[in-house]
Order: sequence, then structure tokens, then C-alpha cells
Amino acid sequence: MTTSPDHIVIWQWGAASLNATIVWTWVVMALLVIGSWLVTRNLSTTTRLSRWQNLLEVVVSAMRKQIREVGQQEPAPYLAFVGTLFIFIAISNLLAIVPGYLPPTGSLSTTAALALCVFVAVPLYGITRQGLLGYLKNYIQPSVFMLPFNIVGELSRTLALAVRLYGNIMSGMVIGAILLSIVPLFFPILMQALGLLTGMIQAYIFAVLAMVYIASATRAHAERTEVNPPGKGDVSNG
Amino acid sequence: MDNVGLIGMASVVSAGLTIAIGSIGPALGEGRAVAQALSSIAQQPDETNTITRTLFVGLAMVESTAIYCFVVTMILIFANPFWRYVVAKAGE
Repeated sequence: MTTSPDHIVIWQWGAASLNATIVWTWVVMALLVIGSWLVTRNLSTTTRLSRWQNLLEVVVSAMRKQIREVGQQEPAPYLAFVGTLFIFIAISNLLAIVPGYLPPTGSLSTTAALALCVFVAVPLYGITRQGLLGYLKNYIQPSVFMLPFNIVGELSRTLALAVRLYGNIMSGMVIGAILLSIVPLFFPILMQALGLLTGMIQAYIFAVLAMVYIASATRAHAERTEVNPPGKGDVSNG
Repeated sequence: MDNVGLIGMASVVSAGLTIAIGSIGPALGEGRAVAQALSSIAQQPDETNTITRTLFVGLAMVESTAIYCFVVTMILIFANPFWRYVVAKAGE
């Protein structure tokens, strides 16, 4: 039994081979790029807009709102990265209802690549906001003795991001296959429906965690410069 | 019992134990988290959005320990390195 779309080779020429993961990743990418291009080709600013533009506006404004709430900052610099992560993972999980499709997120190589993107993006955003020294100072907070723990934490949370997404999607596929061989009539459909919910939640969680990590690398700067009034959580204890 | 049987038995037994024991802790933790979130929503319905979002993120982090156990179980059953080694040795 193959549990990974990595092992399904679709096309091979000499040493170069295309496995199902790469092919379906390209399909998802093409779908996203061509779809967005078609929708944003002729945008309207009046009240008469196409339903696809309406859909994209709802998605983008919801992402901006979530980023603003989670990161407590203006969402503009992070929207491109976090939003792309969310839309890519969500579409590749939701397409699982199409017969013959294998979610590329069910392969550890895809999720490891996404987690590595987050791993690289966190210092990049931190350094652009705080400068190199200001960012590196985060590693010796609250004291120098925490340096190894901070570094290990950075590595282990990247591993956790990758394995969490991979494990959830892969377990959905494996459970579907096992149920198909035991009770093939009705239960696999239920588990597939549950898999859609899980896939959506995992996409949301991946994006929110990426935003939380980025925010924790950039927020110290924001707190120092802005004189914030006490947050809502502090006053609503009554 | 020869090596193949021993390794197969150890893999299957430890795979079952891994997922059984490994899902106890996350299940208890998630139950506590959901119960606490529900009572918080009942006390402060205005904060439902924030509580729900934090709950989902927290549940995902708690659940990841169970997912680790599941991945280890899958490795033990479907991609066991010791099993492969022994089978390759036996084939020589």
C-alpha cells in the first residue's frame, strides 16, 4: 500500500521523473493563477460587480481581517505570504473530492517545503522590521541561558508545522482507503466529508500559526514604538 | 521464533500501543480545552470570535502530539526500516 503520492510516478525520461505530488501541485498552482487572472482581468469599482470578483473580495478581506486580529498589526506586508499559504493549502485539500486527485499536502515533501518557507520568512520579516541586531536580540530574551531553547524551539516548531499538516491529510487518505476495503458502501463518504472539514481547518491553522510566528518576531518593535492603550483583554475581566 | 517473526510481532504490538497510549493525553487535553472554551463563551458571548479562533489553534497544537503518534504508527506498519533490513537480509 502506498501512503504517499511521491511514489506514484506519472512520467519518466532518463533520470528526470514526474511524480503525482509535483503534477498535482502544478495543477493547483495553475488553477489559482489562471483563476485569479481571469477574475482580476476587468475589475469594477461600481456596485455592479461579477460574482467571482465578489468571491475574491470576500476571501481577501476576510484574510486581511484575520491577519490584523492575530498579528495586531497592519496586514499589508503579510497578506501576500500568509494569504498564499492559506489559499494554496485550502484549495489542494478541498480538491480531494475530485475523483483521481491526490492532495499534494498528503506528501511530507510538500508540507516540509511549506514549513521551510515559514522558517525562512520569519527571520526575513523580523530583520526588515527590527534590523539584524534587534532581531537577534530576540534569541537571548529573557536571558542568555534561553538561547539554546529558543533555537531548538524554532526548529521543532518548523518540524511540527510540516508533520501536523502531513499527518492530518495523510491520515484522511489512509482511513478512507481502509474503510473502503471494510465497509465500502456509505462510511467512506462520511469520512471524506469530515476530511474536507479537517483540510479547511488545517489550512486555517497553518496560516494562523505562520502569522503568529511572524508576529512574534516583529511585534517587539511595534510595542516599543507605538504607545498602545491597554488591550481589550485587560479591561474585560469584570 | 526467527528474526522476521520477532520484528513483525514487535512492530505490530508497539504500533497498537503507540496509538492507544498516545491518544489518551491529547483526548483528555482537548476535552478540557473545549469544556473551558464553552463555559467561557457562555459567560462572554461577545468574545466568541476570539475564543473560537484561539480554541482552534490550541486544539491543533494539542492534537499534533496525537498526530505524531499516528505518523510513528504508520511508519512502524508500512515503512518499517528494521523490517526492510531483515527482509533484504533474508533475500540474499
